[in-house]
Amino acid sequence: MSLKGARERWVRTGGIELCVAELGDASRPTVVLVHGYPDSKEVWSQVAERLADRFHVVLYDVRGHGRSTAPAPLRGGFTLEKLTDDFLAVADAVSPDKPVHLVGHDWGSVQSWEFVTVKRTEGRIASFTSMSGPSLDHFGHWIKKRMRRPTPRRVGQLLGQGAKSWYVYMLHTPVLPELAWRGPLGKRWPRILERMEKVPAGDYPTSSLPQDAAHGAWLYRDNVRARLRRPRSDAYAHAPVQLITPTGDVFLSERLYDELGEWAPQLTRRSLPAKHWVPRTRPDQLTAWIREFVMANEGAAAGAAARRTEAKGPYAERFGGQLVLVTGAASGIGRATAFAFAEAGARIVAVDRDAEGTARTAEMSRLIGSPEAWGETVDVGDEQAMEKLAEKVATEYGVVDVLVNNAGIGLSGSFLETSTEDWKKVLDVNLWGVIHGCRLFGRQMAERGQGGHIVNTASAAAYQPSKALPAYSTSKAAVLMLSECLRAELAGAGIGVSAICPGFVNTNITSTARFAGVDAAEEKRRQKKAARLYGLRNYPPEKVADAILRAVVRNQAVVPVTPEARGALFMSRFTPRTLRAIARLEPPL
Amino acid sequence: MTSAVASELPAELRGFREVQRLAYACAEAVAAQLKPGVTERGAARMQREWLRERGVRDWFHLPFAWFGDRTAFTNFRIPLQFFPTNRVLEAGMPFILDMAPVHKGYTADIGYSGCLGPSPVHNRLLADLEAHRELILREVRERRPLREIYENVDRLMVRQGYANRHRAYPFGVIAHKIDRVKERRFSPHLFGFGTQSLKGLASDAVHGHRDGWSPLWSPYKFSDHPPRPGLWAVEPHLGFRGTGAKFEEILVVTDSKDPEQSAFWLDDDLPHVRHWAEERSA
Repeated sequence: MSLKGARERWVRTGGIELCVAELGDASRPTVVLVHGYPDSKEVWSQVAERLADRFHVVLYDVRGHGRSTAPAPLRGGFTLEKLTDDFLAVADAVSPDKPVHLVGHDWGSVQSWEFVTVKRTEGRIASFTSMSGPSLDHFGHWIKKRMRRPTPRRVGQLLGQGAKSWYVYMLHTPVLPELAWRGPLGKRWPRILERMEKVPAGDYPTSSLPQDAAHGAWLYRDNVRARLRRPRSDAYAHAPVQLITPTGDVFLSERLYDELGEWAPQLTRRSLPAKHWVPRTRPDQLTAWIREFVMANEGAAAGAAARRTEAKGPYAERFGGQLVLVTGAASGIGRATAFAFAEAGARIVAVDRDAEGTARTAEMSRLIGSPEAWGETVDVGDEQAMEKLAEKVATEYGVVDVLVNNAGIGLSGSFLETSTEDWKKVLDVNLWGVIHGCRLFGRQMAERGQGGHIVNTASAAAYQPSKALPAYSTSKAAVLMLSECLRAELAGAGIGVSAICPGFVNTNITSTARFAGVDAAEEKRRQKKAARLYGLRNYPPEKVADAILRAVVRNQAVVPVTPEARGALFMSRFTPRTLRAIARLEPPL
Repeated sequence: MTSAVASELPAELRGFREVQRLAYACAEAVAAQLKPGVTERGAARMQREWLRERGVRDWFHLPFAWFGDRTAFTNFRIPLQFFPTNRVLEAGMPFILDMAPVHKGYTADIGYSGCLGPSPVHNRLLADLEAHRELILREVRERRPLREIYENVDRLMVRQGYANRHRAYPFGVIAHKIDRVKERRFSPHLFGFGTQSLKGLASDAVHGHRDGWSPLWSPYKFSDHPPRPGLWAVEPHLGFRGTGAKFEEILVVTDSKDPEQSAFWLDDDLPHVRHWAEERSA
C-alpha cells in the first residue's frame, strides 16, 4: 500500500469487490482518479497526494487490477457498460449527493469518456479531465471519416495512428500477451518505463503488474473492435471537458483530437511536452491544471473563475498556469515576452533593476490574462541578490517552468578604448546574469525532475564579429555557447534550452548603451543616433517575444529572429570571410 | 498682426468649440447605438448621417470607425487600411470613432475611444491617456520643439508599456494644424479628405516650408521647431496587444507671453476629460 494516509474501503458491484482509497477531507469537492493500462491506482499516488489538501480524492482499482477482484469469466467481463456500473457504484459510495470531478489517464480516460457521454451518468459528473485516452466512439468516427474521403493528409494521419497502435493488435492475439506479461515482459517493465518514458523509479509499478496487465488485455478485446466498427453516434459529453495532450505520446497522435470540439461543447485544451505516463512524470503540472479546472466548475467558485480575464493567446493551451520568470522585464524584449506569456495565461515573475518598470509589467500582465504576476527588483549581475530571488521564488511562487534570461546592456567602442571597468559591467550583466539565472533556476528545475525550458537572449552579434562591439559580442557569443552546452546537459532531464538571436530590434537598449572612449556629450549623440537608426529599422520586440514562445513550444536550439540575424547566421556558416570583411566597416554613428 | 489675431480669437474659438462639441455629441450618440453585429462601415455611415442631419456639408476627413484589433492598427501598412471595413463589432471589443466635420466654416477633428462591454485593458489605456494630455500641454507651454515633445510622448508610452500607434498615421503625425474652411456649394473629397481642407493644409505646408515650420507634427526634422500659433488637432494613440485607444481634440497655441494663455485645450468639457474626473472622484 503506497498511498500515504489513504482510507480504504471495498465497494461491491455486480459480483466484484472494488478496492477504493480516499484521501483528504470528505466534505470538499470529490475528485475521482481512474487509472489506465497496465496500471493500478498507485499510478496516481503523486497527483493524489498533491490534490488531497484541497479536495476529497478518490482512487479505485479497476476490476481485475490491483486489489480489486476480477470478473469470471474474463471474456465479456470488461465491457464499457460494466465499467460504467463500477464507476457509478464508487461514485454513489463516496459522494452520494454531489456530482464528482472525473480524471482519467490512458484506459481510465477511455472509460471515463464512456461515463461522461452516456445518459445514465448525467448529473453525476461535474467535470472531466482527460489525458492520453480518446473515446472509442470518437475514435471510430475519426477513422470512418478518414476512410470515407481519403485525402493524402488523412491517409497519412490514419497510417500514423495505425502504426502507433501496434500494441492494440498484439493484445488481440490469444494467450500470448498474458504469457509475456507474466513472464519476461512483466519483469522488465519497470526498467523499460524508466528508460523509454523516463518514469522515475518509486512506488510504481506495483507487484500486481503481471496480473493487472494480463487481466487488462480484456479491456481491449471486449471493447475495441466492437466500438470502432459501430461507434455510437450520440457520444456527446454532458459535462465540461479538459483535454490534456502530451505532445510526445508514442501511443496516441495529437491529430486524434482535432474534431473533439464537436463532441464536447465545453472544451478546454492543454498540451504538455512529455511522453505517455504524465501522472508519473509531470504530477505538478497535472495537479495545477486539475485544481484550476475543478475550481472553475465547482458551483459557487464558477462565477469567480468566469469573471477573470480569459487567456486566449495562440499558446494558451501550452502555457496556461505555468510559472514564467523573465529578466530585463521592465522594457523592450523582456517586457514584450512577459506580456506574450501573460496572454497565454502563464503566471509571471518580472525581474529587472527598474522597480517602477517591473511593477508596471506585472500589473499589465494581470490585465491581459495572467492569473498572477509579480515584479521583483533585482540586478541579475549580483550573485547574492539572485540567490535570494531564487529562494524567494521557490518558496512563494513555486518552481519556474520557463526561465527567460533576457537582461542585457549594450556597449560599443573599439577594444583598445574599452576599459576593464566597461568589460566588467558588460560581462556582469550579459554573461554572469545568464549564468546565475541558469545555475539557480536551472538547478531547481532539474531537481524537480518535471521538465522545463530555459531561454537565453543572445544576439546576432554572437556570431557576427564587428569592430564596433567587441565586448558586447564577446559576452553574447559566450551566452550562445553556454546555451548550447547547457542544452546538451539538461536534455536528459527533459529541460530544453534555446538561444535567441534577435538582431536590430527597436528597444531602448540603444539609448542606455555605453559608448567607450568618448565624452558624455558625444556618447549622448551616438545613443540618439543609434536609437534613431533602430527606430527606422523599427523591428518590434513583440515579434521577438513571439519567436521566444515558438522556440519554447518547438524546443529550438538557436533562433535568429530578424532577417539580418538569419542572414548573418547563414553567412557565418557558408561565407565567414564576407562576415569578417563586414566586421571591418565603420558603423554609421 | 499679433493684436489682430488676439481680438479675433475668442469669436473664432467659439465656432471651433461648437463644432468640436457637435462632433463629440455625434460620437457619443453613435457609440450608444453600437451593438454586436454592426460593421465599421455601418458605424461610419451612422456618423455621416448624424452630422449631415445637423448641417455638416464638408469634411476635413470623412468619419472613420475601427473595431477590435484595428483600433491598435495591427498590421497597418498602407493608408487605405484606415478606411472602414466590414469588420463586425462583437461583445468586449474596443472601438474608435474618428471624424472631422466642417460646420459653418469651422473644422474639428476628434477621436472617441470606447468598448462594447467592460474591458480592464481598455480602461487602463484610457486612464493612461490622461498623462499624455497633461504632458503635451505642459511642454507646448514650455515652447519646446515639437519634435522633442513628440519624442517625450513616445518615451512615456514606452514606459507605460504601450506601442506608439500614431506612428502608423501618414508621416507618423501626432497632430496637424486645422483652420477655417471656406464653405462651397460643391465640396468634393479625395481619398476621404475634403479638398478644401487639403488645400488649406497644402498652403500651410508651402508657407511653413519657407519659414521653417510645418502644419504636421511628426517625429521628423521638419517638426524641429517650437509650437506654431494656431489650432492643432492632437491625437496621441496608444496600442497594446490588439487594443488601441486615443483621444483627439483641439489644442490652441497663441503667441501670448503668459504661459497659461500661450497654449490651452479648446474645451475641457469632453467625454474623456469628464471620464477622468469621474474616476478621480469615485
